[in-house]
Amino acid sequence: MTAVKLPSDAEAAVATPEFEAAAIRQESRRGFLLAMPSYAYLVLFFAVPLVIVVVYSFATRNRFGGTDLSGWNLASYARLSEPIVRDILFRSLWLALLTTLICLVIAYPFAYYLATRTPVVRNLMLVFVMIPFWTNFLVRNYAWRVILGNDGPFTDVTEAIGLGERELLFSKTAVVLGLVYSFLPFMILPLYAAIERIDKRLLEASRDLYASGWQSFRKVLLPLSMPGVIAGSILVFVPSLGAYVTPDILGGSKTTLLGSYIVTQFLTARNWPFGAALSFVLMAVMLTTTVVYFRKGGRTL
Amino acid sequence: MTSAVEIAGITKRFGDVVAVDNIDLTIADGEFFALLGPSGCGKTTTLRMIAGLEFPTQGSLKIFGDEVGTLPPNKRPVNTVFQNYALFPHLNALDNVAFGLKMQGVDKSTARRRALETIDLVQLTGMDARKPSELSGGQQQRVALARALVNQPKVLLLDEPLGALDLKLRQEMQGELKNLQQNLGVSFVFVTHDQEEALTMSDRMAVMNDGKLLQVGTPEEIYEHPSNRFVADFIGQTNLLEGRVLDSETVCLANGEHVTGISDLPRGSEVAVSLRPERAHLGPLDEIHSRQAAVDGVVESVTYLGNARVYHVRFDWMVIEVREENRPGSTLHEPGTSVSVSWDPSAVSVVAD
Repeated sequence: MTAVKLPSDAEAAVATPEFEAAAIRQESRRGFLLAMPSYAYLVLFFAVPLVIVVVYSFATRNRFGGTDLSGWNLASYARLSEPIVRDILFRSLWLALLTTLICLVIAYPFAYYLATRTPVVRNLMLVFVMIPFWTNFLVRNYAWRVILGNDGPFTDVTEAIGLGERELLFSKTAVVLGLVYSFLPFMILPLYAAIERIDKRLLEASRDLYASGWQSFRKVLLPLSMPGVIAGSILVFVPSLGAYVTPDILGGSKTTLLGSYIVTQFLTARNWPFGAALSFVLMAVMLTTTVVYFRKGGRTL
Repeated sequence: MTSAVEIAGITKRFGDVVAVDNIDLTIADGEFFALLGPSGCGKTTTLRMIAGLEFPTQGSLKIFGDEVGTLPPNKRPVNTVFQNYALFPHLNALDNVAFGLKMQGVDKSTARRRALETIDLVQLTGMDARKPSELSGGQQQRVALARALVNQPKVLLLDEPLGALDLKLRQEMQGELKNLQQNLGVSFVFVTHDQEEALTMSDRMAVMNDGKLLQVGTPEEIYEHPSNRFVADFIGQTNLLEGRVLDSETVCLANGEHVTGISDLPRGSEVAVSLRPERAHLGPLDEIHSRQAAVDGVVESVTYLGNARVYHVRFDWMVIEVREENRPGSTLHEPGTSVSVSWDPSAVSVVAD
């Protein structure tokens, strides 16, 4: 068999099955090469560290705060049933869930409004949604500390309307407020994308078929925007669950959440195996929720 | 008899654009009514106002005697078959059809039974579990029809329902829609830009352009007696011979020739004599005919259509199209031959702008 020239330096000739096969091979090889940098990066800096975390979670902490990579055991996982750990786990789950729900309720009407504007207005408003990203995340959280803290604008308002000096800082409410503020754009954007794709005549059709405005929303708009609801919920729930900065800055020591607790294990308690076990459980919870959520939305992951 | 739809002085503005300009229109009960016009003429806006999907800027809109101009769509006894159907993609055919009944609070089993009956009526038996994406264009069209009809609307509104179908299917559906309408006895208001569709299907039709209602009548009235130049040109094919009114029976064409053309317009009015291609005949120059209903010209081209031949005849400043049925023994006029184009004087109409 004569050697088949590669399509890239082929000369004009009659097409043959060999040439076609070579062309297809070359195309797929090219795709693989283009994806290579991302693959390499992910394997090196994500998959490998992940394996290290898993390995550490089965290891033992020695007396000096180091980690012995021998004597594999499940002791770190057993500690998850301790009341204090369980409380932190459930509190984190609850606050993440609450944050997700509040974001959903606030973002949905806004996303719908956005999706039904003219393109010019739409783009302008999308820029407004993005503006917070131009400021450092840490700075924005500290700003909330000023707003909610003693003698801040918030207490000024509560005093002015006669509620007395109310301080929100260092409470669960402050944490949820901060989380909602931080992650709201991640809910708005996928919802907007999903609603924008829906043919608005479907809403007209439902109204023509005797649906009230509410029924039209329940039976047509909401089911059709489910992909956006799911994507947005995951994008808010997952980072809320593992959030560290916001709870640390706005929650204070009274409201320890999973993120801060893990940091404590690694830095203060010097119990790396337990920290690794917590991290792994956190990831497992996120993965499970994501899969369940996607399945419920009628998609396969 | 009460009219199904009664529109009086309806205007619709979108900002500065007048989409529908002060129209009056009455649609009788049980009538198959077509709203015809080029795109952007206001026909769809008119339909949407009847449906309640747009509110009129001004005017009265009655359905069976009740003023409905300010009611939302779910409070009106009409249903719509949307352009491209607008079927709910997340619901199967059965749930699409049952949607309106469920929204009206009909109990589940009754809704299901009636939806299945209607699915049978539109000949989709057995397709009830399929999603719209699993149905062909024609089947989707039937689901859209069933979804509207199951509610037993007093008036069914159809917005270019056959526009997305291929020719053969479209012709088939035209017949079916017509039969369905006759059997149900419900008024159908049908929007289309296809003049042939309007002519073949409707009992009466309205021709619209630029938001104005130009003419309302039976297809025959509109084809035979167009009220103005736009209607004559838009409905079917025609040759418009420009000229001026000389007297009530004569039009002086732009080149000075006089032809018969009956009108009640004042002398000197700028008009056109509308001559349908199939109403004109070609003959040799020396053929005897009334000079008042003939012009001479030269054949420029012949197009063979199988059942007919279409001639383009150069006459002075314009080209006249003549359609000759392909009968045994009919003469072929080669390009370049001088011919006489003649017609029955009663077969033309005189139209102004």
